[in-house]
Amino acid sequence: MAPPLPPGLRTFGKQRINRAPSPALAIALPWLVVMLGSLSPIWPLIASAPILPPIGFLFLVAWQQMRPGLFPVWAGLPLGMFDDLYSGQPIGSAVTLWSITMLVLDFIELRFPWRGIALTWFVASAVIGLYLLLAHFIVGLGTGGMAPGILLPQFGLSILAYPIIARLVGLADRLRLIPIRAV
Amino acid sequence: MAAPNVRRPGFSRRAQYSTFANYVIAFIGVGIGLVLLAISSGHEERFAGLRTIASDAGAPAATVAASARTGGVSLWDVLTGYFTLGSRVASMEHDLAKARVALAEQAALKEENTRLKATLGLFEGEIKPVAITRLIGSTSSSSRRYATIGAGSAKGVRPGMAVRSPLGLVGRVTEVGAISARVLLITNTDSTIPVRRASDGIQAYATGRGDGTIQIRLSTTGLNPLRRGDAIVTSGSGGIYRPGEAVAVVVSLTPDGAIARPLSDPGQTDFVTVEPLYQEVLQSEADKAAEEGR
Repeated sequence: MAPPLPPGLRTFGKQRINRAPSPALAIALPWLVVMLGSLSPIWPLIASAPILPPIGFLFLVAWQQMRPGLFPVWAGLPLGMFDDLYSGQPIGSAVTLWSITMLVLDFIELRFPWRGIALTWFVASAVIGLYLLLAHFIVGLGTGGMAPGILLPQFGLSILAYPIIARLVGLADRLRLIPIRAV
Repeated sequence: MAAPNVRRPGFSRRAQYSTFANYVIAFIGVGIGLVLLAISSGHEERFAGLRTIASDAGAPAATVAASARTGGVSLWDVLTGYFTLGSRVASMEHDLAKARVALAEQAALKEENTRLKATLGLFEGEIKPVAITRLIGSTSSSSRRYATIGAGSAKGVRPGMAVRSPLGLVGRVTEVGAISARVLLITNTDSTIPVRRASDGIQAYATGRGDGTIQIRLSTTGLNPLRRGDAIVTSGSGGIYRPGEAVAVVVSLTPDGAIARPLSDPGQTDFVTVEPLYQEVLQSEADKAAEEGR
């Protein structure tokens, strides 16, 4: 499941004797990766229609499926708050939906502890689809207009992007546990 | 990978309580989210302060990224031009699009002029922009269409000001930070602009559809006079947008109007100009005219 490291990093952290993973890196990196994904609205891409997958949300789902229990169950509250500041959704939208997602993924983890790639991808697709639909519904509550049809390209892109995101998360997970601290 | 069962940590009371507390906080999180949503839904102005602080914090990095973006676009144009008929094709098409817009605006201006001369005799001069800046981001994954520009109250940008690119209207400023501002794009479902057809001045409203196109609704009912390819410009009623700014081109007809494609694709725009509030421009010109009359 874990992808190979790029060549430049092969020697980095090679010495394993007397070395341990840095706790700061191991704990902070997953949060930073999700927050970086939430910053996608200030990435150099301007679109007149919603086409970009919700990257921060994809990172959260991927972390939660790959390393269940790494994030506390309440992680949706602070991470969602951060996402709301940049996403353009009404404030509270991501706080609610991300908190619910964490609880749902936690339940799925208990119900199906061993998942293959098909089930992982299916769970992610279902969660992303419901998330996009509910986020669109929340926007519609305020403005009145609702047209779920415009979500289809974004939904398709998100499903296709999920394996790539999961691989990036795998890479970040390897970086996270690199033994760099001398003990 | 199956993780150890975190719900049943064993006999440790401390671990049991902390697991329980985690779930309590998670459900409180859902509650907090719903409360925030109830406060903010449909009320755009609430929490604007938080958002502008966040967008100001991200603005320096985003500005650097934005300059890379416009460089990337021209590189892409050159590459595609190489594979078609040389890089000039790309630039010529760009110029042609600009010329078309200019032509439509000229026609609108001419018609506007004759009407103005007939009624008031008010002279409308060139409007000096408040700021020239870059689009540094957009809400590319939400159904709400907003963009961020790299100029804020430090440069005199205020809510309500119109934002336009050389190709046409982009949107209207809604929230202003110190060095960045949030722009409601004309494709947002919240955005309604009074418009008219450039050729003859049929009045209509342009409402965003949220998917990158615009719905044109005619003010009058009856036979639909719109045709594909009609240029739509702002009519200036309401006093937010100055009249004669290019907005969109009709691409397909509906029973009560048409669906139009905006002329200014925000993704292809390098620089945008922020224009002063049209109401105040009118006021200052009226004052000037009164001074001269005395």
